[in-house]
Amino acid sequence: VTEFDAASAAVQAALDAGASYADARVMVRRAESMDARNGEIEELSQDEDAGIGVRALVGSGWGFFAVPDLSDAAARRAGARAAAIAAASATVPGPNAARVPAPAVSGSWASQCLVDPLAVPLSEKGDLLVNVTAAMKAAGADHAEGSYNIWDTRKWFVSSEGHRIDQHIRECGAGIAATVIGDGETQRRSYPSYRGQFGTRGWETVTELDLAAHAGRIAEEARALLTAPQCPAGTTTLILGSEQMALQIHESVGHAIELDRILGWEAAFAGTSWLDLAQLGSLRYGSELMNITIDPTIPGALGSFGFDDEGTPAAPRDAVRNGVWVGVLAGRDSAAVAGLDYGGSVRSDGWARLPMVRMTNVGLEPGPHTLDEMIAATDDGIYMDLNRSWSIDDRRLNFQFGCEIGWEIKNGKRGRMLRNPTYTGIGPQFWRSMDMLSSEVVAWGTPNCGKGQPGQVGHTGHPAAAARFTNVRVGVTG
Amino acid sequence: MSLDIASKVLDLVKAASPAAEAEVLVGGGELALTRFANSFIHQNVADASTAVRLRLHVDGRTAAGSATISGDSTTVDGEALGRLVERTVVAAGLAPPDPQWPGLAPAAEAPAVPPVDEATAHADPAERAARVRDFVAAAGGLETAGYCSTARVATAFANSAGMSASWVSALASIDGIARSGRNDGVARLASARLADLDGGRLGGRAAAKARALDDARELPPGRYEVVLEPTAVVDLLGNLAVWGFNGKALNEGRSFMELGAAQFDPSLSIVDDPFDPLGLGMAVDAEGTPKRRLAFVDAGVSAAVAHDRRSGAQSGAPSTGHALPGGAAFGAVPLALHLLPAEGPDASEVDGPGGRDQGGLGPMADSSVAALVSQVGRGLLVSDFWYTRVLDPRTLVMTGLTRNGVWLIEDGVIKAPVQNFRFTQSYPQALAPGAVLGIGTRSIGLPGDWEVMAYRAPALRLASWNFTGNPSG
Repeated sequence: VTEFDAASAAVQAALDAGASYADARVMVRRAESMDARNGEIEELSQDEDAGIGVRALVGSGWGFFAVPDLSDAAARRAGARAAAIAAASATVPGPNAARVPAPAVSGSWASQCLVDPLAVPLSEKGDLLVNVTAAMKAAGADHAEGSYNIWDTRKWFVSSEGHRIDQHIRECGAGIAATVIGDGETQRRSYPSYRGQFGTRGWETVTELDLAAHAGRIAEEARALLTAPQCPAGTTTLILGSEQMALQIHESVGHAIELDRILGWEAAFAGTSWLDLAQLGSLRYGSELMNITIDPTIPGALGSFGFDDEGTPAAPRDAVRNGVWVGVLAGRDSAAVAGLDYGGSVRSDGWARLPMVRMTNVGLEPGPHTLDEMIAATDDGIYMDLNRSWSIDDRRLNFQFGCEIGWEIKNGKRGRMLRNPTYTGIGPQFWRSMDMLSSEVVAWGTPNCGKGQPGQVGHTGHPAAAARFTNVRVGVTG
Repeated sequence: MSLDIASKVLDLVKAASPAAEAEVLVGGGELALTRFANSFIHQNVADASTAVRLRLHVDGRTAAGSATISGDSTTVDGEALGRLVERTVVAAGLAPPDPQWPGLAPAAEAPAVPPVDEATAHADPAERAARVRDFVAAAGGLETAGYCSTARVATAFANSAGMSASWVSALASIDGIARSGRNDGVARLASARLADLDGGRLGGRAAAKARALDDARELPPGRYEVVLEPTAVVDLLGNLAVWGFNGKALNEGRSFMELGAAQFDPSLSIVDDPFDPLGLGMAVDAEGTPKRRLAFVDAGVSAAVAHDRRSGAQSGAPSTGHALPGGAAFGAVPLALHLLPAEGPDASEVDGPGGRDQGGLGPMADSSVAALVSQVGRGLLVSDFWYTRVLDPRTLVMTGLTRNGVWLIEDGVIKAPVQNFRFTQSYPQALAPGAVLGIGTRSIGLPGDWEVMAYRAPALRLASWNFTGNPSG
């Protein structure tokens, strides 16, 4: 039984059990991770899972069932169970479950990969983490941590509308962090970001980071933060580095433009959105500099794929153009409810989870400035970078973010280091105050986006560049 | 059955690497979740799976691996088990040395867990849908959203030192909101018995809260006395568990805990109770250390932190039985915390099985909450917290938001609904000696966001909570 055969059998069984539509995903995922601390390995794990998830529509009710068994009999039972669950859904019915058309596609896609990360010897990967964490420890870190993650996922998708798609997506990334313990507080510096940098690429992603070159610096900066002045409280001009901008985009734009949230489908958990579909195409989200795209076609970015998990081919789309909200992240069913004509942003966290609307690569187009130009153009402000904490309300309006490090800016120059920098604001007010944007875009990867019940972890990409905002409240403390 | 699979894996390890120390954790079962929004079931899922996790220590090196498998003990895919063993043995041979390896848990008697409720373990989609239907109907026309879930988990552990255990658990949860305009009211409950979950009563409670939020006004940020309902208190427990009660964090100076010190109000006791008949029973942890009831806070005194074998060895203490699968880097975390209620009449008895007249309680979850509210001169009633994140783990200063209902209390009565706040607050400070002004007499089980787990908590009346923002910024 091939993977396509199993998926086809499951779909047919769901149809035989009364479904008007069904699709099935066979997914086989190999994952490897290693964690090191202070020059020793703490955890090495190699994990494999394989199974089939079947989605069935009966009347207006959806059902989903998944098993880790790719035999013909198990696939057929899964299809029938999905249909039975869908029938139970129909006892608390909603409106007709229409879907925007998606042409039946047969296709294959694979992410680019120069060096297969699972083929790199464990000893080589382990030595890298041992050496960089030992170097951070030697340079003054109380706790020096390093880690990498690799995911190798193969998918086979079949729908009752004729889709037949297979994909091979390889993702990996790594990061290091130095923590120091002070008098009743901790300080932390990370490289290249809070939990590392990730992409749909091979081990070259990690090699290019050159972790060793940054180990000593971040340990010394973490130590220096213990005696740095506290970030002052007040309202000021704020420059955010590109890594923190990726988080800002993720939380206050990416989640807000998820159509399932806008429609209330996530109201009880992840939340809704402050955006109103009646204002799509006219709402001023941010300043003229704000151009946000939804683009799963960016080579190597973490949110890239060839087809989403409903079989819709990847395609770029505007979300915010010249500061005006113009697009959403959608699936075939949510788009139909909203009267839109596109899906393309539905993914599942493995075979055992229902596909749902997720971010792909949601990021900023480059601006006309550089970080140095922004600092030079600022008389009085603060520059913050690398996320340390993040919190935003369930409508994606009221946020408060903490960064690892800040610097005061006086008369166009970077000045003293500041510790415990935080800033807070209301999404659209904040984005409308963006008056400078760098051209130095980095496609950051976020491998831990949580959503859904049961919980799913999504991998998303965020092209981002440093930007300047005015009249921002900073220095909130407990 | 799961224990047979664990034994098969140990046999394969013995054949492939006779000197290896090995531990095997087998977890399987069925998780089903019926989710509704806009008052209809929009997502309805179930999965049946078994996963095997193997950890090996050979020649001073450690590696772990896992695989999902199909079949039962007689039909299990032996090739899949063999591949897991083979690749984990190879990985252990190539891994860097692990000088901190703490050894395997020795053979010991595993405690008994409460018997599983078969009706919960084998609930079907129709039973979950019926509770959803009751929740929706009881909201009286308000839009509703949430879920009803049931889970059956069969777990087995075995290691090459002779320790073994197996048990079955079940848990059911309802978590839902009713929506009046942009105002949401919440009702949430978890129990080992699906029969304890009354969709209609919970839907009615959520609707009463939502209606009591109409015309909510904005209040200025600042410090307020608060009554936190159990749905909010559970957030404190979760963050104390992860950042404070984590023995590895204490070893490394990242936790505020000082064992033996009176860091909490003397009225406060927090225990980890894996044998709670209403919770998800556990016999041993991921390393095979037997579970036991353990007080982390005993009458205000910091009494214990959670250790796995590694963090315990580093601190000279034994494992407390809180190892997590793959948790060596993060540390040990308690999964069955219970903040003990105050002595007094249980609100479920006072309110009766159907709940007291819900109009009489207004937005308050039960009479236990109402008793705390009646003692407040001026303060806020908070239903729920949302998106709480740590600013500094050492001080456990958290930022987050209120959600699903805030009300102004004046002279012991609910005065007016209030719009949501942002807060920035040290959790240990909020629970410090003298800061806890009252504890509710009813403790309820509450589902976790991400895992099959449940904490239990009563309401709390706290002297001060630091609200640092409101809808204006």
